[in-house]
Amino acid sequence: MFEFEGANHLVRFENVGMRYGDEPEVLRDITFHLEPGSYHFLTGPSGAGKSSLLRLMYLAHQPSHGSVSIFNHDVATTPREELPNLRRRIGVVFQNFQLLDHLSTLDNVALPLRIAGARRETIQEHVAELLTWVGLGEHLDAHPRTLSDGEKQRVAIARAVINRPSLLLADEPTGSVDQEQGSRILRLFEELNKIGTTVVLATHDRSIIERYQHPVLRIEKGTLSVRWDVTKGKK
Amino acid sequence: MFARRVDLAPNRDGTSRFLPWIIGLMVYLAGLALSATMVLEQVIDRWSTGLKGSITIVVDPSVDGGDAETDARIEAALSVILTTPGVLSATPLAPDEVAHLIEPWLGKDLLSLDLPIPRLIDVTLEPNSAIDLAALTRQLETAVPGTQIDDHKIWLQKVLRLARTSELIAIFVVLLIAVAAGATVMFATRTGLAVQRDVIEILHLIGARDTYIARQFQGKAVSLALWGGLLGLFLAGVTVLGLWLLARDLEGSLLPAVRWSPPFVAGLAMLPLAGAVIASITARFTVMRYLSRML
Ligand SMILES: Nc1ncnc2c1ncn2[C@@H]1O[C@H](COP(=O)(O)OP(=O)(O)OP(=O)(O)O)[C@@H](O)[C@H]1O
Ligand SMILES: [Mg+2]
Repeated sequence: MFEFEGANHLVRFENVGMRYGDEPEVLRDITFHLEPGSYHFLTGPSGAGKSSLLRLMYLAHQPSHGSVSIFNHDVATTPREELPNLRRRIGVVFQNFQLLDHLSTLDNVALPLRIAGARRETIQEHVAELLTWVGLGEHLDAHPRTLSDGEKQRVAIARAVINRPSLLLADEPTGSVDQEQGSRILRLFEELNKIGTTVVLATHDRSIIERYQHPVLRIEKGTLSVRWDVTKGKK
Repeated sequence: MFARRVDLAPNRDGTSRFLPWIIGLMVYLAGLALSATMVLEQVIDRWSTGLKGSITIVVDPSVDGGDAETDARIEAALSVILTTPGVLSATPLAPDEVAHLIEPWLGKDLLSLDLPIPRLIDVTLEPNSAIDLAALTRQLETAVPGTQIDDHKIWLQKVLRLARTSELIAIFVVLLIAVAAGATVMFATRTGLAVQRDVIEILHLIGARDTYIARQFQGKAVSLALWGGLLGLFLAGVTVLGLWLLARDLEGSLLPAVRWSPPFVAGLAMLPLAGAVIASITARFTVMRYLSRML
């Protein structure tokens, strides 16, 4: 694939716009890049476009203009059959969890491994271990509709990290859990970041942003107010 | 232990309830049509042996022209017969040979009255000749009015033609049913895809390939089609067996006795499998086409 001189960006947006259907653009003129191993907060008022920006990053949506590259692949020119390979390197914690209601907790978390073709025994072992770690060891066979929002959120997080993604995109991952569990989750993200995972965490919780000294991407009314110059890698 | 894992929501749409019944009905109808071809095939096979070998042509004698005129009519008939493709040879029988043949019916005395006796031509056909007896009759009628072909054989040939046409129609019906089964599976799959669109999107975002999703729809379609197919096969088997028992009571009068020919029984047994294969291929094709329009 093509590379810019010296540039090795995990995520690169150039003048990106995005719209839903025929509606006006909800994101305009977004330009930034993320370096491997960086950790960013993504913040902004409700409705500003945080989730929409993440959608572009996890390849759920095509930009209406501009170019998006992920892992040095320009999304617009990457053949469709290549997209699953890129997506498997991205872990996503969806704002509304997006768990499959008819699958057990265990099966939901195992999904990325099964899709990637991991061996059955490996799956069983890793998934149970991770679910126990997030405090859901008792609920392996429970179905999402029987779980509380906080529990669903932890299932969603487990599913996002089970495959050791290179890029972790978390949309309000602590929105439904209590303070203590929130800290636990944030510590997990810190650990993952230390071993090389690039993290983008969308939140409007100021206390989180203040506690961890990571650069902040701020969206307001569809435009990114803090640009790539603050997007330094980790200190 | 290695049961196929399914990520799709079970029974979220009515298709999984009606698909087996429709496939079952189709396999039932296909089974009947296939059995009909088996019976017709055997009827054709047996009856056409009756047409092989030779036919007899009856030439009316001339009433006032005398023997010379009758001989001329026979010559004319012979020239038509011998130029017909599929005819090996034709031998007119001498008048006393004919008299000898009809003696048992008319008696010696009647023959001595010197009545004009119809004359016969024995025609030997090429093996497997596809001679059209009705056409030959018409040709003979125009060349030599008052000439007939032994009409039992013409009738047999017409029946055979009917049987062959029916057989083709039955085969055509089986093919139509296959196409209809494909269309049914396609619509059922499309409904499933629309209903499960959100699940499919999540699977995609987690990195599932189209083939992974297609396999799940295929697996579901195959199992539904197999269930329906086995049910249809069972019902078709019961129906055909019942008809067979009833036909056997006729003691071989109207229809020649029908045997269970192994290739057809095997074909019948393969119907649910064929249904499953059609379901699998159609589901895959439908899913892959649908998914190629998603991101
Ligand atoms: N599926 C959709 N179809 C149409 N418009 C949408 C859709 N999703 C979001 N939008 C619109 O896009 C804009 C940005 O929404 P988005 O969800 O990205 O905001 P957000 O910053 O994540 O908000 P929040 O903090 O409440 O999660 C909003 O105006 C919203 O109405
Ligand atoms: Mg949001």
